[in-house]
Amino acid sequence: MRHTESEKTVKKNVRSAGRGEEVIYVRGLKKSFGKKDVLKNINFEVNKGENVVVLGKSGSGKSVIIQCLVGMISPDEGELRVFGEEVSALTEKQLKKLRIRIGFLFQSGALYDSMTVRENMQFPLIRILKMNDQNEIDKRVEEVLKSVGLLDSIDKMPSDLSGGMRKRAGLARTLVVNPELMLYDEPTTGLDPITSREISNLVLEIQKKYKTTSIIITHDMECAAITADRVLVLNDGEFIAEGSFEEVKSSKDEFVSSFFK
Amino acid sequence: MADEVLKGWRGWFAESGEQLSFFKVFFRNLFRSGFEWSEFVRQCYEIGYKSFTLVGTTAFIMGLVLALQLRPTLIGFGAESMLPKSLAVSIVKEIGPVITAIICAGKIASGIGAELGSMKVTEQIDAMEVSGANPVQYLVVTRILATTAMVPLLTLLGDVLGLLGGFVAINVNGNVSLFLYFNKCISSLGFSDLLPAFIKTIFFGFVIGFIGCYKGYNSNKGTESVGLAANSAVVAASLWIFVIDAIVVQVSNIIIY
Repeated sequence: MRHTESEKTVKKNVRSAGRGEEVIYVRGLKKSFGKKDVLKNINFEVNKGENVVVLGKSGSGKSVIIQCLVGMISPDEGELRVFGEEVSALTEKQLKKLRIRIGFLFQSGALYDSMTVRENMQFPLIRILKMNDQNEIDKRVEEVLKSVGLLDSIDKMPSDLSGGMRKRAGLARTLVVNPELMLYDEPTTGLDPITSREISNLVLEIQKKYKTTSIIITHDMECAAITADRVLVLNDGEFIAEGSFEEVKSSKDEFVSSFFK
Repeated sequence: MADEVLKGWRGWFAESGEQLSFFKVFFRNLFRSGFEWSEFVRQCYEIGYKSFTLVGTTAFIMGLVLALQLRPTLIGFGAESMLPKSLAVSIVKEIGPVITAIICAGKIASGIGAELGSMKVTEQIDAMEVSGANPVQYLVVTRILATTAMVPLLTLLGDVLGLLGGFVAINVNGNVSLFLYFNKCISSLGFSDLLPAFIKTIFFGFVIGFIGCYKGYNSNKGTESVGLAANSAVVAASLWIFVIDAIVVQVSNIIIY
């Protein structure tokens, strides 16, 4: 019963996709770790400018999906295209080029703790974009830090920043190279409700300002409500529901509705 | 019981294979464009300069104790005048390089293992990789080259301070001028003594950096693995130092004599 309803929702939304330019296209994605099948049959696509939220329980494999998208993890089976390129078929050089177009915000922020916030921002500009004009680098770093409200902390070490500030700094570091696609791995985990709301609003602002396409992995319903254009619900290695936040919220599926209680 | 032994050997072979492939990754990145000079210099400072005090103090005490313990034996043979020569040969050829390398394995290999291990746990290495940067070139190549360059220099410092310690010990009971002492030390050492001793310090430096980086870079994602990476880096690097020492001494004996 649950699956019949879910499958209908997925099919409806698969049909409705493809209206815009397709940034991500995934079909039949499977991934196992040892004997555990984490992803059994993942199908979805994301169009340009869309904010897609992936909901699911902890350990359900949400993060594995976005790790497959950037080639951090190789899937066991399935078609996985990002910007029209099949990720598993890319050479090391091509994968590097693709990764430059993608921003990945880690759960912890993953700031380089031996560098100041400024040096963290400069790192990708110098090494990835090969910028060497110091004035231009400083201007870019300050502009991005200002957009995340962290300009005052430019010369602080990561250890001097609070959890929310670390997330902002991590976000700024991914934005500094102007990515077209943003992948957020639980952006609000470990934050208080007020800071969580601020980060969620920031995700939305960034999408508008930098015109990015985003996938947001979360189990924070407020974050999903603020950021989502479309919600995908993952359970037992498959997406069991898809739709706008309100559509998913009104689902009669026991598992899906349990997220909104 | 047999299963456990088999499992242990299988693990050992798997680890050896992984180390070999890490070695290949290091060499491939060593010759890539965009060498990280600033990070290399920073690592030389962190690894080399910050170990000067520890290595220097240890070497000085080691030379002092060695001279104090050798002296009664040599007096017994009526060969007290051989003390500077005995000290020079033992410190420069063996004790200096090996003790310096063991100290560096304890301080540097564990430091690198823990640093890279903690970067792995906190997803910093993943973040570097996913952003399109090259973590091997930035983190691994610079550290291995810095240890390869700094351990020979630290050994040189250790040798000089070890001999100075010996001079102090000799002067506790006797009276020898510094010039005469060092003149006797240097005249007792030939090129065939210095070259193998220098060459092995380069290998020691490489293995300290390599093992530290390998253990840290390949650690698991858990806080416990940081300690494990640091600990196993010291153990493996120390073992490799003795293996390399034995090989270099054998090879140099065959070539020189």
